[in-house]
Amino acid sequence: MKVSLFIPCFIDQIYPHVGMSIVKVLERVGCEVDYPEGQTCCGQPAFNSGYWDEARSVAEHALDVFAGSDVIVSASGSCGAMMKVFYPELFKETTRHFEALKLAPKIYEFSDFLVTRLGLSDVGARFEGSVTFHDGCHGLRELGIESQPRKLLQHVKGLTLVEMKEAKTCCGFGGTFAVKFPTISTAMGEVKCASLLETGAAVVVSNDSSCLMQIQGMLQRQGKPVRCLHLAEILAQT
Amino acid sequence: MNAIAKDFKQAAAQVASNGKLRAFMRRALSGYEVTRETTRRKYQNWSEARQAASEIKWDAVNHLDKYLQEFIAKLEARGTRVFVASEGAQARDYILQVAKENGVRSIIKSKSMTTEEIHLNAALEKEGHSVFESDLGEYIVQLRHEAPYHFVFPAMHLTREQISDLFQKELGSEPTNDPEELTMIARRVMRQKYIEADMGISGANFAIAETGMISITENEGNARLTCALPKIHVAIMGIEKVLPKLDDLALFLPMLATAGTGQALTCYNSLYGGPRQPGEIDGPEQFHVVLLDNRRTELLADAEQRDSLHCIRCGACLNVCPIFKNIGGHSYGTTYQGPIGSVITPHLRGLQNWKHLSSASSLCGACTETCPVGIDLHHHLLHNRRNAMNEKPLWWEKVLYTGFAFLMRRPGLYRIAGKLGAIFFPLHQLVNGTRLDPLRNWTRTREFPAPSRESFGDYWRKKKSREEANHGHS
Amino acid sequence: MAIPDQRETVFARIREALRQPAPRRHDGHVDYDVSGHSDVTEPPPASDAFRAWLPPVGPGLDEQIVLFAQNAAQLKADFRPVASLDEAARQLAALAGENGWKRIASHRHPDALGLAEKLGLNCLRTDSSFAAADLESCDAAVTGCDALVAQTGSVLVTSVSAGGRALSVLPPHHVVVARRSHVVPDLASALHVVRKLYAPHWPSFLSFITGPSRTGDIERILVLGAHGPKKLTIFLLP
Repeated sequence: MKVSLFIPCFIDQIYPHVGMSIVKVLERVGCEVDYPEGQTCCGQPAFNSGYWDEARSVAEHALDVFAGSDVIVSASGSCGAMMKVFYPELFKETTRHFEALKLAPKIYEFSDFLVTRLGLSDVGARFEGSVTFHDGCHGLRELGIESQPRKLLQHVKGLTLVEMKEAKTCCGFGGTFAVKFPTISTAMGEVKCASLLETGAAVVVSNDSSCLMQIQGMLQRQGKPVRCLHLAEILAQT
Repeated sequence: MNAIAKDFKQAAAQVASNGKLRAFMRRALSGYEVTRETTRRKYQNWSEARQAASEIKWDAVNHLDKYLQEFIAKLEARGTRVFVASEGAQARDYILQVAKENGVRSIIKSKSMTTEEIHLNAALEKEGHSVFESDLGEYIVQLRHEAPYHFVFPAMHLTREQISDLFQKELGSEPTNDPEELTMIARRVMRQKYIEADMGISGANFAIAETGMISITENEGNARLTCALPKIHVAIMGIEKVLPKLDDLALFLPMLATAGTGQALTCYNSLYGGPRQPGEIDGPEQFHVVLLDNRRTELLADAEQRDSLHCIRCGACLNVCPIFKNIGGHSYGTTYQGPIGSVITPHLRGLQNWKHLSSASSLCGACTETCPVGIDLHHHLLHNRRNAMNEKPLWWEKVLYTGFAFLMRRPGLYRIAGKLGAIFFPLHQLVNGTRLDPLRNWTRTREFPAPSRESFGDYWRKKKSREEANHGHS
Repeated sequence: MAIPDQRETVFARIREALRQPAPRRHDGHVDYDVSGHSDVTEPPPASDAFRAWLPPVGPGLDEQIVLFAQNAAQLKADFRPVASLDEAARQLAALAGENGWKRIASHRHPDALGLAEKLGLNCLRTDSSFAAADLESCDAAVTGCDALVAQTGSVLVTSVSAGGRALSVLPPHHVVVARRSHVVPDLASALHVVRKLYAPHWPSFLSFITGPSRTGDIERILVLGAHGPKKLTIFLLP
């Protein structure tokens, strides 16, 4: 199957290994991976701050970039949600509304693509150790991603999945929220970190790198040795 | 940033750094979630029930004039005095007048957030009337001269020790750590107040158009007593509380209880359709219903957010909100807290002054997920942000996002910016954590990751040229 | 000087506001594109439909009584099916003795008054005017009811069937006398009963009583007997 990758700006620049892992896994399961040139950002930062004209300008570019794609796999739940759920509203009453509506069903978050679209649960991965999963809010509540990552993790050889009490509680990143309201964001991050540390897991895994940026940033400041990995990074290991 | 937003940030920061209070709140609210899950599982289809509730409220609110007219006509036909107030001040004045005309001295109140909204108690007390909050949680915060912390659990922030100290100080009671004994102290005090009160003031959860009745949901029985004993009963409610039919309560009463407290039904769900009728032996001689607009019609006029008027004030969105759990109810600085408060306050009290409540959210969506009537809460926070910036953008943010859009439409420029970022990031170490650090808001409490020298784009382009080279050689 | 009522102004605002159509919710999300909506809308669901979603109730009277009993037990309401009024009187006398009742209250209702008078205690009647302070000094109230709701364990009373508004809520122990014919499956059925019994001459007060009074306002700990009765006893006569 031919698959177009959507690698959001911050993964491109800060966490490229997540993208590389996604390529590895997709090729391993037999997909032909394509990375449409010229992709940059989904426009969410402007959108969330209320600057919808500026967000639309960026989103128009994204519509152009992915115009020729049939299936798009997003490396991030939140950016995928931006395109799938919010583009139709963003382009409402414009000439490109129909394009946004056509794009939406083509977009998949990474774990959802593997499990729902390809029907897979075992992607031939191996990872020794205990792992706890953090649900990124956009993936969970905008895209309905909950069982898919867990199914994949449960089939990784050698991996033990332990659930943390606050798995579905927001980590406090929320995009610009993290720097606009840093005390509240930090408080929420503390609750998340305390909960994941309680499990004793060696690794915290998520399907959203923005969440991992928050969690890793706090754990490192606290001096805790828990590793933070994207789901793809686990699945890429054999 | 305006003064209100500054106060909010300060208050929020104080609670956000109070680990003990936050842990206390988390414990209380996780207990609620367990109870609610147990009750919800008994429904055959909670999801369909929510959709139905959403549709019934859509019908009610989108035909508000029709149903309100029916409601008022039915009430007035049986001797109720109905007063429609355009603003809070008028509602206050009307109630003050009723109290004055009837020589009212002592007033007993059951829980009503609408009375908080219009600051009724202070106005009544200024005129020399004594006002007693009969709901236990409201009574406690009244004694402390505080606002309610949560509109369903007003005293959730207080420990039993704090309540014992309060009762000792204000009522002269013996100290005790037993919640039952503390409740009995309040019960004993209130018994006399119910009997002595000349006037009872209540809120209402629903206004039934078909039969001209108000519906009050409670657990303690204080509202029943407030509406039974005093000679005058005044009920005040927002105009949006309408339900078309009596039978709609068969859905709404259970859902309000389940979402609000995790109960299948609360202890008392009572309907009041008039003053004492001929043949009835007790009940108030006068029944007044005050219907309050107070800018709700502005929310109604915003068709995109009109569903916020579907709210049944169950408080579920507060109970699941990670912001609420970490900043507490007082930080909001306004009558309605939590997600619903953050959505409606900019409409009811001014967008520019209150937009910060809509910004102070990570948009996790737990509120929307839990709302029993399916209000699109977290999306409305986005709508408020957009409306605020369309009306009055922050100049530096406008510049920032114009630049952002300019950059992100130009892949070549974006790649260069990325490269520069990776090259110059090590310089950040020089200012990391200091006042010169542009990332200070992040780095004060978290490490910031270094950009990668090789971006994903770089890796891909290398990969492709390698593959093409191999392909060329084979 | 009378404060002028503002209904004309408010209704004008409402009508003006409602000229714009509002989005509707379906399939779990709100559709903000109102252009495609038709003006003709289906009427909202009615109470027959609710039954399919609320907790299930069996069709038979006996199983409904069992369900009522289960709910009552959970609510800490004292539910006593008895064979006759005499049996109820015997049990009520025992309760009166245990709790040291000196004075009770009741109203003109064949079963309730019949039961109350058998106790032989000083009985205040709320059929003629009474002082609240006198009612307050009563240890128990014996009333009739209009329905027992199996699904929720609730007792439906009105100012007609329960001797006014205060009788069933002021004294600390509320005793209800009901018959098998009062048992209905759910709230919708109970409302139907009330409609049949009273409409269009509705009592000014109706209430669904679900257990003894309670509060969770202090540290979310359940305490019974907040302001309403601390004890609720329900006799079910044949």
